Order: sequence, then C-alpha cells, then structure tokens
Amino acid sequence: MFFICLIPFFYMVTQFFADQANPVEYVTRATGDWSLRFLLITLAVTPIRIIYGFGKILRVRRMLGLFAFFYVLTHFMIYAFLDLAYSNDVGFSELASYVYNDIVKRPYITVGFIAFLLLIPLAVTSTNGMMKRLGKKWRSLHKSVYLVAILGVLHYFWLVKKDLTEPVIYASILAGLFAVRLAKKVDWKKLKDAIFTKQSSNEI
Amino acid sequence: MLIKKEKLSDIKENEITDESVYKQRREFIKKTGILAAISVVPALMVSSCADAAPEQATLTFKKTSHGKDLKPTAIKHVTTYNNFYEFGTSKSSPAIAAQSLKIEPWSITVEGDVKNPGKYNLEDILKKNPLEERIYRFRCVEAWSMVIPWVGFPLADFIKQLEPGSKAKYIEFQTLHDPEQMPGQKSSVLQWPYTEGLRIDEAMHPLVMMATGVFGKSIPKQNGAPIRLVVPWKYGFKNIKSIVKMRFVEQQPKSSWELAAPLEYGFYANVNPKVDHPRWTQSRERIIGSFRRRKTDMFNGYADEVASLYTGVDLKKFF
Repeated sequence: MFFICLIPFFYMVTQFFADQANPVEYVTRATGDWSLRFLLITLAVTPIRIIYGFGKILRVRRMLGLFAFFYVLTHFMIYAFLDLAYSNDVGFSELASYVYNDIVKRPYITVGFIAFLLLIPLAVTSTNGMMKRLGKKWRSLHKSVYLVAILGVLHYFWLVKKDLTEPVIYASILAGLFAVRLAKKVDWKKLKDAIFTKQSSNEI
Repeated sequence: MLIKKEKLSDIKENEITDESVYKQRREFIKKTGILAAISVVPALMVSSCADAAPEQATLTFKKTSHGKDLKPTAIKHVTTYNNFYEFGTSKSSPAIAAQSLKIEPWSITVEGDVKNPGKYNLEDILKKNPLEERIYRFRCVEAWSMVIPWVGFPLADFIKQLEPGSKAKYIEFQTLHDPEQMPGQKSSVLQWPYTEGLRIDEAMHPLVMMATGVFGKSIPKQNGAPIRLVVPWKYGFKNIKSIVKMRFVEQQPKSSWELAAPLEYGFYANVNPKVDHPRWTQSRERIIGSFRRRKTDMFNGYADEVASLYTGVDLKKFF
C-alpha cells in the first residue's frame, strides 16, 4: 500500500525529466492533483465504512492522510523553491517576500496556503502518542480536514482559466462524501415518523 | 544507491551554472540508467505519436533577418503544447484531435467596408502574396513563451489588395465554426465561432503576418492550419487560428476571450509586464522546454516598432 501511494510521485519524477514542454508547470499541477486526490481518498474511508461496513479500512486512513500531506508539502515546495526561487533566479532572502506577495495578492494562493497550514498540525498529531495525549480534543482537531478539503477544491476552482470540468468533479465527489456522512447522522426513523405524523394530521 | 544520489545532486548544480538546460536533461537521462529505463515508456509513446502525425509539405519562401538571433523552441514542443479550445482544453489534445480538420479546399470570406469583398480561395491569396520566414517571440497570456519560425506573408499586403474604405476602423477575424470537425465547439467553454479583432492600423503594421507555415513546412493543424494570424507583440490568444472570415467594421469587435472574462482579457491584449493578469503576474514568463523563466519585455520585445501605435493610450485601462 505504501509503495502504491508513492507510484504517482515516481511517475512525476520521470515525467519531469522526460523533456516536457513546461516541466515546472507539469510537476506543480501533478502534485496539486494528487494532493486533492489523496485528500478525497482519505475522506472516503469513513463513507466506505458506513456503506460497506468494511472496518479494516480504518487502519490505512492515517497513512492515506499522511500521503495527502506529503503531496501537499511537495506541491508547496515546488511552488516556492522550484517555480518562484529557481525559475526566477530569486535568492533565499527575496523568496519570502515573493511568497508573501503571492499569498496576499492572489486569492487562490491565499486559500491554498491556508489549507497547507491547517494540515501541518494534523500531520504532527497523527502519532499514537499524540492521539492518546489529546484524547477527545484529537477528534475535534482532526475535523478541520473537512475545511482543508473545501479550501483545496476552492483553490483549484480559482486558478483554472475557463474549463471548470475538473474542479467540478472534485467538488462533486467531496459533496458526495459529505452527503454520506450527513445521511449517517440523520435519524431516519425519527424523520420518517415526523413526516408521517405530519401527513396524518393533515389528513384530519 | 549512493551513486544515484550523487548524480541527482550533480545535475542540480549543472542546472544552476549552465544555461543549456535542455541538452543537459537529455544527457542526465542518458547517464542515469534507472531513470532512463523508467522513461522508456513515455518516450515510446511520444515517438509513436510523432510517427502518427501527418507529414507537412515543404514550403518555398524567402528568408528574412527577423529574429535571426533568436533560438527557436524545439519543434516537438511547438507542435504538441497548444491552446486550441476547438480541439479540447488541454495542451496536448489539439495535436491529436485537430487531425479531423479538413483544410482543403479553404477560403476566407471578406465582408464589410472594402472595395473587393468576396470569398477568396487560399490558393489565390497565396499566388498574390509570396511567403517569407520570420522568427518571432510568442508570449501566451498564461505566462509561458516560445520562439517560433513562422512562414507567411504580411497581412498589410493582403489588406491593400482588398482596398478598405474609410469606415473600416477595425478588422474582425473568425475561425471556422463546425462542431463536426471541431469537437471542442460542442462545449460552450467559449462563444463560437472564435472571434478576434485588430484596429486597422495595428493590422496594417509591417510586423503582422498571416502564417501558413512553421519551421519551413506547412503549418500543422493544431497550430492553426491552413492560415492563422501572427501579431508578435500581443498575447497568444489574439493570434487567431484557422481563419475563414475577415470583416472590415466601424465598431470595435468583441473577442471571444473578452466575452468570456472581460476583467481578465482585454481587446488590446498587448504583452505588458506592468499590467498583471488578475490572478497571476505577467512580469515573467516560463520558457517552454526549460526549467527557467525570463523577464517579459514590453510589447514582447517589439516596443521600438509598435509603441507608437499606442501613444496617449492608457495601457492599464485598455489592457
């Protein structure tokens, strides 16, 4: 499983050196795509468990989440060091101001950067020790991953030139995953009873 | 394992110190056996695609001194990295999907305030307008750039043959509209037919070309066959492809990208490092086929020739 999750990474590396027309843009996009995909895959674990009752899948959730973080981190590093610093011949001292300007000026980068920052504490607190130490707080802290996913999809929506097909696909999948969770929370029997009693009272 | 690591760091240093990144990358791939082995698959895919592409006819043309110091981008990148939404919105799809375009016979319909309107066969246009080669910089609004050796003729010559009248203040250009041949037109991503426009004095400028070839051969379909506009000081999307109509009009035409996002794409679309796209900077550009960026020049480096067209124009407002 670990190695399967690394396949996209190694594929990107080979493509990067395979005489691409726009190699830097390629790896920036590819790492971005895989960040979103791994976020969605991680968020799909609970719905899969709800629908199929496949409890064992919970064990891989942490690894999937950490891979999402790995791709987001790579995405950010490529943007900052390869695209901003190396491509533009910018020294380390200037790099911070370049990144800062981008974050302040460009909403899609602001949103992406916030998502990246929000993921850091989740990655740091992913160990068993941290889980135990935080107890109930751990659960509520890790709920921020929903926000990260929303910001990630928004980041994609904002940056495309015109064709919204792919951002829409990611957004729909995310909405679907949320829908399954919500459906689980709703007490169907209670709802049914409520509707039923309402209907019958209407009849009278 | 150690050997591989050393080589990875080697190439990084090379890239920083040396300019010919392109060649180094090839060498790097050759040197590192592991990477070479893995990259065999995509390499095969690329070469088989190139084999499938039709042979382009060799053209007869006069060489000129335009851009003689510029180093053209690799032909592979020029013909496989394209924005041509009529054949899909990804960069790689036009090279495949555009092969369904029928380019023979081809004609351009001329309308509006001209003495000689009508439907002109491309062959007849080419008989009157001898071809020449010019190497120009090409700057996309998405902040990447190429250097392309175009083969074509000055648009000004053709306009003179049509004899425009006093009401012809602008020229509106249109691409073919045929969703059967251009599957991308089945989607409403842009308003079809693709429409572009130039002020008549811009269109008459000696730098403006109608191109029918690249790299000495007839122009591939994905690059806008059989005839396209080349305005080197404007962003790529002004350089309308596969032209079937030219209208000489009094009112400023609305271009497709202007209609799609008026705050992001203007009618003029002059390359201008000082006016950013709302979502990204235009001060620098990625050089296609390289890891590097370069500074974007005012009017894409053609300021000496064209700046006088815009004296007194607020280029921030009329972007």
